[in-house]
Amino acid sequence: MNAEAAVLALAQVVAMVALSPLLVGMMRQVRARLEGRAGAGALQPWRDLRKLLAKETLQAAGTSWVSVAGPTVLIVSSLLVCAMTPLLGTVTFTSVPDDLFVVVSVLLIGTVAVALVGLDAGTAFGGMGSSRHMTIAALVEPTVLVSVYALSIPVGSSVLSQIVEARLDDPASVASPVSLLALLALAVAVVAETGRLPVDNPSTHLELTMVHEAMVLESSGRDLAWLELGSWLRLGALLGLLSTLLMPWGIATELSAGGLLLASGALVAKIAITGALLAGVEVFLAKLRLFRIPELLAGSFVLAFLAVTASYLVVQA
Amino acid sequence: MSAVGLGLEAQLVLAVVAAIVATWAPPRLRSTLAGVVSAAVGLTGAVTGVLVLAGSRGRIEVPTSLPLGDVGLDPSPLGGFFMVVAGAVGAVAAVYAIGYAEGPAASRAAWASLPVFLAAMQLVPAAADAVSFLLLWELMALASTSLVLTDHRDRAEVRQAALWYAALTQLSFVLLLLGFAVLVVDAGGVGFDLIGSLDPGSTSASVAFVLLVAGFATKAGIVPVHVWLPRAHPAAPSHVSAVMSAAMVKMGVYGALLVCLRLLPTGPAWWGLLLLAFGAVSAVYGILQASVTSDLKRLLAYSTTENVGLMFLALGTALLLRSVGVGGPADSAVAACLLLVASHAAFKCTLFLAAGSVLHGSGERDLDRMGGLGARMPVTALAFGVGALGAAALPVTAGFMAEWALLQSLIHGARPEDRLVAVAMPVAVAVVALTAGLALLTFVKAYGIAFLARPRSEGAAAAHEDGAWTMRPAMLVSAAAVLALGLVPGLAAEAVTRAGGVAGVGRVGGAGLELSGVGAQLDPIALSVMAALLAVPVLFVSRAAARRRPRRQVELAWGCGGVRVSPRMQYTATSYAEPLARVFDDALRPERDIEVTHTSESRYLVERVAFRQRLDDVVEERSYRPVVRLADRVGLAARRLQNGSIHRYLGYSFVALVAVLVLVAL
Amino acid sequence: MALSLVRLLRLIWTTGRVAEPAPPAPEPTPGRPSALAGSVQIRHVDAGSCNGCEIELGAAFGPVYDAERYGARLVASPRHADVVLVTGVVTRNMLEPLRRTVEATPQPRLVVAVGDCARNCGVFAGPYGVAGAVPDAVDVDLEVPGCPPEPQVIIEALRKVTGR
Repeated sequence: MNAEAAVLALAQVVAMVALSPLLVGMMRQVRARLEGRAGAGALQPWRDLRKLLAKETLQAAGTSWVSVAGPTVLIVSSLLVCAMTPLLGTVTFTSVPDDLFVVVSVLLIGTVAVALVGLDAGTAFGGMGSSRHMTIAALVEPTVLVSVYALSIPVGSSVLSQIVEARLDDPASVASPVSLLALLALAVAVVAETGRLPVDNPSTHLELTMVHEAMVLESSGRDLAWLELGSWLRLGALLGLLSTLLMPWGIATELSAGGLLLASGALVAKIAITGALLAGVEVFLAKLRLFRIPELLAGSFVLAFLAVTASYLVVQA
Repeated sequence: MSAVGLGLEAQLVLAVVAAIVATWAPPRLRSTLAGVVSAAVGLTGAVTGVLVLAGSRGRIEVPTSLPLGDVGLDPSPLGGFFMVVAGAVGAVAAVYAIGYAEGPAASRAAWASLPVFLAAMQLVPAAADAVSFLLLWELMALASTSLVLTDHRDRAEVRQAALWYAALTQLSFVLLLLGFAVLVVDAGGVGFDLIGSLDPGSTSASVAFVLLVAGFATKAGIVPVHVWLPRAHPAAPSHVSAVMSAAMVKMGVYGALLVCLRLLPTGPAWWGLLLLAFGAVSAVYGILQASVTSDLKRLLAYSTTENVGLMFLALGTALLLRSVGVGGPADSAVAACLLLVASHAAFKCTLFLAAGSVLHGSGERDLDRMGGLGARMPVTALAFGVGALGAAALPVTAGFMAEWALLQSLIHGARPEDRLVAVAMPVAVAVVALTAGLALLTFVKAYGIAFLARPRSEGAAAAHEDGAWTMRPAMLVSAAAVLALGLVPGLAAEAVTRAGGVAGVGRVGGAGLELSGVGAQLDPIALSVMAALLAVPVLFVSRAAARRRPRRQVELAWGCGGVRVSPRMQYTATSYAEPLARVFDDALRPERDIEVTHTSESRYLVERVAFRQRLDDVVEERSYRPVVRLADRVGLAARRLQNGSIHRYLGYSFVALVAVLVLVAL
Repeated sequence: MALSLVRLLRLIWTTGRVAEPAPPAPEPTPGRPSALAGSVQIRHVDAGSCNGCEIELGAAFGPVYDAERYGARLVASPRHADVVLVTGVVTRNMLEPLRRTVEATPQPRLVVAVGDCARNCGVFAGPYGVAGAVPDAVDVDLEVPGCPPEPQVIIEALRKVTGR
């Protein structure tokens, strides 16, 4: 059981490391085409990454080990999330279940690492990005936990693999109001957590509008490479989780070569569709003012809470 | 005489010896000698607690000259658990104080009060009847008030703080006295075993419950009776703050557990709801206030309110779920409460001791004036970092395991059939989530602003690790406890099972924690191993890239190429929390004042802008100040009765005598 | 909203692709660092220009010429950049910030001077506010002549660096 889980985790990590830059490239390409441009191609993030690893890494006086270790912590936490969430299969380790709180806490380690890197830079922008980033992270957490809680009530467990397996067994539950409300709330939370429009514009150059970018302004070379890849992995893993919860078909419940192949193809399709949808919707959105974001997150929390109450009504009925 | 009895007597004897040593020892040796004996008091308490948890029992009677009888000490496993916590914290803090105490903190009064405080605090969980409990409680309160007053000559705020603390701690004593009185009258005796046989459904039991819980909540620091915490903890010396925050407020939690699990078990559902509601409000309010304050010790004090709120929330959940018959998650909730107690003791002790070291090393207490301390005080930075990780409940620390257990019991306690539980559980999950998120922000702020980047003042720039040799080991031992409880929580599972009288908490894997009542398990070591394995390829690639292009040090950080770069351009703690303060400004009600001074030549040119922000405790402003003002007015009016005329006073006595004679005749 | 969802969708549909087909790739400059092949991040610095070059640069990165398809991208921080693209003559106040920007860029890096003002002060040679041309302040690796240079010329220079 544990050996199978290890193989699956490794496969998931390798798959996500390969796919996440392609996902980001594809999203940029979709956006470019909708804007009438030709775009750089889906492989551009891989080229950027390769170039960053070959660049010099600078460290300013006054920064500490946090600027060196932070990017590594971020990418390790992102890899751990990829290993734990049910993306290709639902086989888990017995003593490290992909329980909701554990996955969220590992994500938060990455969040904290980037926030500390921003503060360590010792610049006004770093502190500003760090402050905004942590405020949004604090306000997103209730939505994330309550929406997965809503999904866990019909199943009786908050282990993500078991939730996905239960949805595989009962396709009707995927289209139930509980599920749709919870997934909508979770989608807003994922957008906020990964720093996409309308919460944050990932391609902005105006420092005063930055949330995530501002924290990495001081990083260069391989620090920047790990920070970029780490955030792409988070985006890929969270979109993968969201799409797996929405469309669980194709995921492998037990380990086999054919099952893994099918699951990989399904995963590629799922995150491609979700990513393209997200990129398409982003074209129509403008970034929200920072102080309108709590309203958005409060709205998503209300949706999640409604999902919980709906699950009680469903059970009673 | 059993081992436990021996241990209890030893604590009393050592406390007296320490007080004598503190009074008679020469000033040069006073700190060392009194500190060593005080640490012995703490260690004895911890060892006694471990013995009790291991299964041995013992009872001693300490004769007193009071008409209420002897002080009977007979610790139960629950008491033993809290003795371990209090003893360990006391021992570490005493060792720290050997090096830290100087000036008023090294005076005779301070060193004599500390062992008395430690002994009283450790023996409160050992009390076997209501009278002993109250006596030890009051002794603990008096000793701690004396310790809070240590610096009263140097700082004016200390006197105010001690006044608030004394008033509220006496309030808690009065409430406890009334509550126990109701129970004792009902039971016909003062022993806890006798009281434990009462019917929890009766009205007097409910009245007693409310009174007792209110009294314990005051000591624990629950909103709205928390107002002494943010005043007393910054006023007291750091080692005293550490003991008060990490151990003394736990006595309030011990009292609540005593009432709910031993004195009045199986109470009605509204008891649990009451605890849950107040716990939830305290948790959110506490962390909200902590996240916007820039005073480091005030931040840590409010964080204590938050954690105690979570403990009460866990206990309330347990009561609620028990009353609807859901045993497994209820047991897990009790286990979560105890784990929260242990983990909070560990990380809060670490944080306060590190804050004391920062104060000694840099002279600063305001986060806005710190910065760059990580390079200048590496050991303190390490200890504070580990403590902050624990407080933010991140893997793999004690706080993470405790919150994991709490969330498991909340999630598995979902019962759609019962409307009360159906509403309470999701609200509780949301509250815990919001608290966790805000705690993240608070401790990223505290660690990042204080220890990273560049110093914002001269005190911070000149900071150095304090030379006193006991401070560093004490901080590191405390930090190690935070990590140990987080990496091998299974070792504490046995203790938690015995203490809480619950089933379903066990060891799994190496030393992972298993909550079989809810079917959840977690092995933090396995998680760490996974992370380490995933880090290997990353480090490999980094190393390969570093060989081709090594890291280069440069002078300036990128600040848009400006020619006037100063550390004052960095974010401060106040600015870090400003978006949050704005989002929650209805709850926090900040007072902001902006003063613009124009140049004399023209109104269109600005010479100076001054920004002032005050964030007072809202509960204090809205609830306490009107009461204090009313009391003031009543007092002023009553002064008219005292005009100094002997004739009037004789007249009062005459009227009183006549009234008594009339009443007796009737 | 200025443009409703339906109208925006219709605009996207009817506009279609605006980017002109790519002209044949020029030869990469000799001495171009091989690490920068295919991916070049650019930090633009306006050292004191009249904004004519900025307009052309904006057009170069716009939909019609679309410099991004060749792997070039504008970034906000010189720490993220490989190329520092300088426009305009170097004024007194911008001398030190320009130097600091170039120093803040990690190796391998290139400095590209765009426009006649950047190359040799152009029409702004001599005034009291001008400290000199860009080669007087920092080492320049590539120059793009013109006042202002057309977007195609700018893109050709960038393609010499990316090699795409």
